[in-house]
Parts: sequence; C-alpha cells; structure tokens
Amino acid sequence: MLHITDLQSTVADKPILKGLSLSINAGEIHAIMGPNGAGKSTLAYTLGGRPNYDVTGGSVDFDGQDLFDLAPHERAAAGLFLGFQYPVEIPGVSNLQFLREALNSQRKSRGEEPLSGGAFIKLAKEKAGLLGMDMEMLKRPVNVGFSGGEKKRAEMVQMGILDPKLAILDETDSGLDIDALRIVGAGINTIMRAPDKAVLLITHYQRLLDYVKPDFVHVLAGGRIVKSGGPELALELEREGYAEIVA
Amino acid sequence: MTAVALPTRRSEEWRYSDVESVASIWPVAAPDVIVVGAGEDVARTLLQDAADGAVIVRDFAVTIGAGGTFRAHLLNIGGQLGRVTFDVTLGRGAHFDLNAAIIGGGTQTLEVVTVVTHAEPEATSQQTVRSILADHATGSYLGRIAVARDAQKTDAAQSVKAMLLDRTATANAKPELEIFADDVKCAHGATVGELDSQALFYCASRGLDPKSARTLLLQAFIAGLFDDMADEAERERFEAAALAKLAALNMAEKLA
Ligand SMILES: Nc1ncnc2c1ncn2[C@@H]1O[C@H](COP(=O)(O)OP(=O)(O)OP(=O)(O)O)[C@@H](O)[C@H]1O
Ligand SMILES: [Mg+2]
Repeated sequence: MLHITDLQSTVADKPILKGLSLSINAGEIHAIMGPNGAGKSTLAYTLGGRPNYDVTGGSVDFDGQDLFDLAPHERAAAGLFLGFQYPVEIPGVSNLQFLREALNSQRKSRGEEPLSGGAFIKLAKEKAGLLGMDMEMLKRPVNVGFSGGEKKRAEMVQMGILDPKLAILDETDSGLDIDALRIVGAGINTIMRAPDKAVLLITHYQRLLDYVKPDFVHVLAGGRIVKSGGPELALELEREGYAEIVA
Repeated sequence: MTAVALPTRRSEEWRYSDVESVASIWPVAAPDVIVVGAGEDVARTLLQDAADGAVIVRDFAVTIGAGGTFRAHLLNIGGQLGRVTFDVTLGRGAHFDLNAAIIGGGTQTLEVVTVVTHAEPEATSQQTVRSILADHATGSYLGRIAVARDAQKTDAAQSVKAMLLDRTATANAKPELEIFADDVKCAHGATVGELDSQALFYCASRGLDPKSARTLLLQAFIAGLFDDMADEAERERFEAAALAKLAALNMAEKLA
C-alpha cells in the first residue's frame, strides 16, 4: 500500500529525513517510535504534503501512484489520512460543516455523488458514537476550545467519517486519559483494522500498542529507520530506552 | 458629510478614498435622516452590491433618543467606489450597533466611515467590521468616537479585522477617540492578517481543494456578523451575496 524508498526531506530548508525506507502492506499495522526531534512528525507531514516540508530525494508509492504527483487534498481523496500531533483550530467553522465539505470534496474528486445532509448526519452520529463523542461537540467550531484529549478524539471521529485506506496517526495517544485511550484504541481497530487498510502509528509509549497491536515496530532516529522488529521491540524500548539502538 | 466643495484627500475622512470617482457624482445626495425615538428599536440593513464601475456614496445621519437602539447591518461589496457613512448621535442610555463586512477585489475602493457621538451619559456603541481584500482593492474603516463632557458611563467598542488575500491589496483601519468625559470605557482592536497557512493545510489534509478551503476560511472570518439580523430572508440574502462575492474573488485569484 505504501512504499517509501530512500526518502529525504527538509523542513524550512533544514535536512531532517535522511534516506528513510519503509513498506507497509494492506492489512498491516506499523508503529514508529523514536526520540524527540528524530523526524517522526516530519515523516507524517512530508507524506501529507505540508508546505515547507520539501522532498529532496527518494520516492513514495501509494497504492500504485507516485504520492508526490498528488496535491495534499488529492492525497486525502486517494485515501491518505493524517492524524495531527497538534490538531489545528478553525474558528467559525463547525466540525459538521467542515467534515461534510471535506467528505463531499473527496467524493467529488473520486467521481462519486455528494452525500445528502441526512445521510451525512447519520454517518457522523455513528462515528461520534464509536468514539464516545457527543454530537453537540461536533456542532462547535473545529477544535476550538477542545481539550488536548478531546482534540485527539475528534481527529478519530474525522477519520471514521472520511474512512481512509491508510491512516498515519501522529501521537494520537498523547493527551488521552486512561479511559479515552481505551476508547480511541478500540475506535482505531474498528475503523482501520481491515484487509484493505493499513495504519502507521507514531507513538512514544507501549500503552496504545496494548490496544492497537502492531504487526511491526520501527525505530526512527536521525531521519532514518534504524531498527525494525515485531511487537516485542516496543516492549524492549520501553525497558531499555533508545541509547543502545541509537548509539 | 455633505460639504459643498468636492472633497480632497487632505480632509481626514476622505484620506483613503477614491476622490476621482467621487467627482463623477458630486454633489452627492443629502444624507438619509433616521430619527430613533426614545425607547424605540430600529434596524436598517444595507446590501451595497452596485454593478462594476458604479460610484456609490451613501450617508446616514442618525439620532437615537434616550434608551433607543439603532442596529445597522451592512455588506459593502459593489461598485468602483462604495462608501457608506454613519453619523450617529446617541442620547442618554441609547445604543448603536453596527455589523459591517467589506469584500473587495480588482481596483475597488470600499469604505465604512462612522462618527459616533455619545452626547449624553450611559450610551453604548458596538461596531464590528470585517474586511476581505484581494488584488488591488482598498478597504477602509474610519471610526471616530466623540464623547461629550458630561457623557459619563459611555461604553464604546470597535472591533476591526482585515484579511488581505494579495500583497497588493490595502486595508486601512483608523479608530479615533475624542473623549471629554472621564468615566468612559472605549475598547478598540484592529488587526490585519492573511489566511492561516496551517489551517489551509489542515483543510487540504482532509480533502478540501484549495478553492473550497479558502472560501470556507473566509466565510468563517465573517461568520456571525449577520447572525442577529431579525429578518431571516434578508440574512440569507446577505450571506448568499457575501458567498458569491468570495467565489468571484477566488475565481480571479491566481493559485499559488
Ligand atoms: N520550522 C522548522 N525550522 C527548523 N527546524 C524545524 C522546523 N520544524 C521542525 N524542525 C526540526 O525538525 C526536527 C524533527 O522534528 P519532528 O517534529 O519531525 O520530530 P519528532 O520526531 O516528531 O519529535 P517529537 O517526538 O518531539 O514529536 C526537529 O529537530 C525540529 O526542531
Ligand atoms: Mg512529533
């Protein structure tokens, strides 16, 4: 589904990713861990096409297409979803309006009919329910006044509604309380665990991985994947830290 | 505001105006006089969407009696020059409320000019102005607040924000206070900004194409200005006109 080969990218002209390779197949869940500043968010943003994150080398194939041939909104329509480490606030636009326009914009670019108001509300209710989020919250402006944990939960409601093929979730677990972590973990499984989907979880802690069990765990350091393994690698990191591996 | 002599930019309230255009229609009509009686509540709406090239100057002279309220909703988007002025005098405990949006493109000059005189104690005024300017458009808000010597407990607020879609567009915001009383609250804020690139990327990451994303964020910028309009059909007319104008600006704008 996603094949990253020798990816190099800069943030505001500073080299951050320095030859990163990673393959994710349909049906798989991968986790990336790594020290602060390693380039994990940079990987997510580079794949999402954020301005100022420039690709300087390598290639990415997403579902048979050259990812970098697509504009950011086209990547979303092609099935890529980015869960933000710091979700952005948009005053004056309700979550419902935002998501309905986003979904219909995606459907349009895939040549599908727009979803009616009624059908959209039904969908939004279902996905909000999955994440234990009150519909009233979705009437409020996007992320404005949401607590840290509520923002992360709202990101997952967005993911449920947009129904992507590949979700890259950047520290979706940070800021969640114990119960919310369980709910969000279950939500990720319900929405994304399918033979034709895949997830890349960026996280610092094992606790999310207790709920969303990864098939592979990678360590990102200095802009590269420096070690890969199975779920046991996360437990080992939790015990021993990065010193051994990164040294 | 009805000087007989053709105005020049030397005079403060015409400083940012398009006086060449004004010359073509000078002298302009006398102001619309609105008298709000004591305790009355009067609302006026003005959708200034004159054809391209038109020169529009609309002046209102408003007196609000004790405890009366005058609410104005203005959408100023049409013509080569669109200038709307309010000269408002407030009696004891009276209230003046202005919610105005300016949306301009091309070489339009769009202006909202207010002189609000708190002549007696305990009057309040609230002005909210939002401008969206593209291309070579100029949008200006000149708002003078005069508080008379014995007009204690005056509360006058001005909130002015402008959004520039192109570096070539110009926003002027000039709140001005003339206060002769001492127990007075005057709050004013003025900001000029651009569309938030983070918010644009967030929209794109959810699948919104750049044009829809820009329109959504611009709509949000003026959202709420017309919410309290009493007449629902009129409110919808304002919102539709604003949206159509934003779409027209978006069409004209070159994609980055
Ligand atoms: N605008 C910028 N200008 C210069 N350097 C930047 C900019 N944005 C990010 N960086 C740098 O890029 C590096 C990688 O940052 P990134 O956010 O990808 O790290 P991360 O692995 O996600 O870390 P964390 O675990 O703390 O979230 C950091 O050293 C950071 O300081
Ligand atoms: Mg990060």
